[in-house]
This record gives sequence, structure tokens and C-alpha cells, in this order.
Amino acid sequence: MADRVRVKSWMPPGHIRTPAYLRGKTGEIERRLPAFPNPELLAYHLPAPDIPLLRVRFTMEEVWGADAERPEDVIEAEIFAHWLEPA
Amino acid sequence: MPHDHAPHPYRPDQDGPLTEAQVTEIAIRELLIEKGITTASEVTAEVEAMDARSPAQGARVIARAWTDADFKARLLADGTAACEELGIEMGTLKLVALENTETTHNVIVCTLCSCYPRNLLGLPPDWYKSRAYRSRTVKEPRAVLREFGTRLPDKMAVRVHDSTADMRYLVIPSRPEGSDTLTEDALAALVTRDGMIGVTQL
Repeated sequence: MADRVRVKSWMPPGHIRTPAYLRGKTGEIERRLPAFPNPELLAYHLPAPDIPLLRVRFTMEEVWGADAERPEDVIEAEIFAHWLEPA
Repeated sequence: MPHDHAPHPYRPDQDGPLTEAQVTEIAIRELLIEKGITTASEVTAEVEAMDARSPAQGARVIARAWTDADFKARLLADGTAACEELGIEMGTLKLVALENTETTHNVIVCTLCSCYPRNLLGLPPDWYKSRAYRSRTVKEPRAVLREFGTRLPDKMAVRVHDSTADMRYLVIPSRPEGSDTLTEDALAALVTRDGMIGVTQL
């Protein structure tokens, strides 16, 4: 996984742990976490293979554009690897 | 008792029908007890254990981090293992600890629900679960912090942490000035729940 990543802008139905406000946004990997069962399957009691989890750091400017309260402040969130692509 | 003074707003009794989820919970609980899988007193004990959790556990972790640099390094590297070192029951909780510094302030939110390190901080306050806190903290954290009475110097950066998946978060507040001579127990008494969520400074 590249150090700069973009969150996929999928909008699937179901139990999704990728917040909509971060979809399509680009950030950098803050740290790599262990793999955890895929919550999108786990929520429905389906077999849920482990997927690596990453903490991604986004600038407020990237997330909110001109509306950012302070462009250089950051938001960090845990995003599962299948939601990320190299940026 | 007669209730014969001027009218005032009151909260109605919850006499409405049970929701589907409440009926399901009661049915499953009764079945588990009937089948001997659990007992009513085990259910009560679990509720009591949940209610007994308090921010005192988290405060103990912070006081140790302030007084033991090696512990703080281990806490930042693996929050879960460091808390277990102190004998804290972590269960399935996976912890990331984040340190406030002279140049960075950390604040925790869960925009999707109300994820919270309950083993360390007890039950979350109602405002933490409110739509206003959850939606505003990622959009205008400095405005939210000001409403908590927290005015950050201009040069200080803000890191907002959205607890979106399997990790839970604990802020290590900056150690208050003038606390150099205090014992670890006295230091722990200075640590507040809101300081460990990151909405206030100590």
C-alpha cells in the first residue's frame, strides 16, 4: 500500500465503517494496524475474513475544501484496506 | 402523594408498548436463563460491572505515563499491552494512546456511533453520543473545543481522531504545570474524563 492513499468513493448499502465524508478523499497513512474481521460481513453473521486496517490522516482542507475551519488541522480515521487505493 | 402546585414540564412515564428490540432482548434473556446458560444474578453482576467502570482507570494510566517515560513509550507503542501491565482488564478493547504536546492537541470523536474506551473511562457522557458533537467535531473542532472552555493557542495544531473501526482512543493530556512534586495517586486525581477525550486541557 502506498503512503498516499485515496478512499474509494463507493456508496454501497449496508453496514459500512468508512464515513461518507471521507469517501473520495486523499490522505497519508498514519500507521498500519493489525487486520480485523470485515465489519461489512460480520454485521450480517457472514464469514468475515480479516482485512488490514490503516489509520489515514487527512487535512481539513482536503476534507472540507474552502469551508475548512483551519486548513492545516487534520482528521485521522481507521479505514479498511479494501476501501483504499494508491493516490 | 398529592401533587398540587403550579403546572410544570415533566417527563412522561414510559408506559408505551415495548419496541421490537426490547421484546427480543427480554425473550432471549429469559430463554438463556430457562436453559441454564446464564442466571439472573449473572446478568445483574454484568450490569453492575459495567456501571462500576469509571474514568479512574484511565486516570491511573495517565498518571503512570506522566511519571514513567518508559511506560509512556510503551503506552504510545501499544496502548492495550501497556494498560494490561497495570492490571486493567482490557477484554477485546484495542487501544491507541495519543499524546498532547506543546504544539499538538488531540480530540476523540466517533462520527458513526459512540465508540468509547469503556474499560478505561466508564460509560460515555450523553453529549459524546449526540449528533451535534459527532458531526461538528470533525468539521469545526476548534469551535467545539471553545464551547468546552478550551482555547488553544494559535500555533497549536489540532488532530481529530474519528473512531471508525476497531481501535479505541485515549488522549494523554499535558501534565499540569506545578505538579512536579505530586505523587502518582495525587496526579491521577487531577486527570478528568473530558481531558482524556480531549475536549479540555488540564
